[in-house]
Amino acid sequence: MSLAVRVIPCLDVHDGRVVKGVNFENLRDAGDPVELGGVYDVEGADELTFLDISASVEGRETTVEVVHRTAGEVFIPLTVGGGIASVDDVDRMLRAGADKVAVNTAAIHRPELISEITRRFGNQVLVLSVDARRESDQPSGFGVTTHGGRKSADLDAVQWARRGVELGVGEILLNSMDADGTTGGFDLEMIRAVRREVEVPLIASGGAGRAEDFPPAVEAGADAVLAASVFHFGTLRIAEVKKALEAAGYPVRS
Amino acid sequence: MTTSVVILDYGLGNIRSAQRAVARTGADVTISVDHDAAVAADGLVVPGVGAFAACMDGLLQVGGDKIIAARVAAGRPVLGICVGAQILFTEGVEHGHRVAGCARWPGTVEELHAVRLPHMGWNTVDAPAGSTLFAGLGTERFYFVHSYGIREQAAPALDGATVTWAEHGGDRFVAGIEQGVLSATQFHPEKSGTAGARLLANWVDTL
Repeated sequence: MSLAVRVIPCLDVHDGRVVKGVNFENLRDAGDPVELGGVYDVEGADELTFLDISASVEGRETTVEVVHRTAGEVFIPLTVGGGIASVDDVDRMLRAGADKVAVNTAAIHRPELISEITRRFGNQVLVLSVDARRESDQPSGFGVTTHGGRKSADLDAVQWARRGVELGVGEILLNSMDADGTTGGFDLEMIRAVRREVEVPLIASGGAGRAEDFPPAVEAGADAVLAASVFHFGTLRIAEVKKALEAAGYPVRS
Repeated sequence: MTTSVVILDYGLGNIRSAQRAVARTGADVTISVDHDAAVAADGLVVPGVGAFAACMDGLLQVGGDKIIAARVAAGRPVLGICVGAQILFTEGVEHGHRVAGCARWPGTVEELHAVRLPHMGWNTVDAPAGSTLFAGLGTERFYFVHSYGIREQAAPALDGATVTWAEHGGDRFVAGIEQGVLSATQFHPEKSGTAGARLLANWVDTL
């Protein structure tokens, strides 16, 4: 008996609609997060992640409604990230039906936010989302970025992950901004560097292009793998990723 | 007549998912904290996430311990989920802090002895043949997210109970327990896809 490697599709939600290309057959409305979440559930997703990229208060309210509807239809864990900046934000998302929330920028600006959230809700609800890239002036060689990878936070990514765990996060979502969108494979060195320093579950993200890209990420230390565009465009089905993981000897949920 | 189920709302837990998942079995589900409604329903679900101490606090504030006691006395089924399962044991110990539970089963809820915590994700379970909850379920995986539990190495004799075990990082712990009208799962059936739906249907069938 051992845990299955989780395969997690990530949906970018803006004002209640899924953005970035979604190209599925048999879908009435490719922009509806609830419907798309249902499709991924049927296809074998082990968890769903919604990334709220709304810029307005109204957009964020709509995301709460989307989470509420999705939790009523999809019976796998649901993580919501994007714009989470307070204990109240977390409370709202959990009440709407999210199982976990991811914090990113707000925690960089105010790290104590992490302990505030985990003291109230436990560490299992909190994912620290780390957008990192190679930065030669950082001790580990990897630095944290904000604004979708456009700005450096002047923070060592590995040290930040370790600090997040000390403050109480239950999981790390490590997104390689160098690999993101390249479909050239995960940044294995970065996964290894973070894995060496933290023992909480680690989700690898960024760079997936082929089914064969996934097993090396697990070999490097990831407990879960997350991808967006390869699933949305239908380049890869979740079942294909699981087949590749299984062929490499990793347990998956069938 | 439709089976009635109350999800006990004491401020902790992803209540909506539990409500919807139980409703899928065909039961008439309401979320309530009302003593009489919770005692009278055919089935009561006690959810719970986060810390043992916080859950017990919330439970005591709404008289949940008395609701559970009244139901057991009346022979009415109760299903505890995650921390809602843990609080049915004698006590919980977190960071050296000991908190009394509802003491329906003997045992101390403590941190699992595993390197990678929380235990998060889909795991298999080892259910005994006589289990009602796991009837028809074999190799299916269920969704766990917790760091604490009733560890086999420290577990007292759970005489008369049907115990289902799971293992993480070499540590075995209670994944499910059934005895008389009391049932509980450490994992989240409401988040465990079709396997979880089957388990909930198995429970609702006993009501």
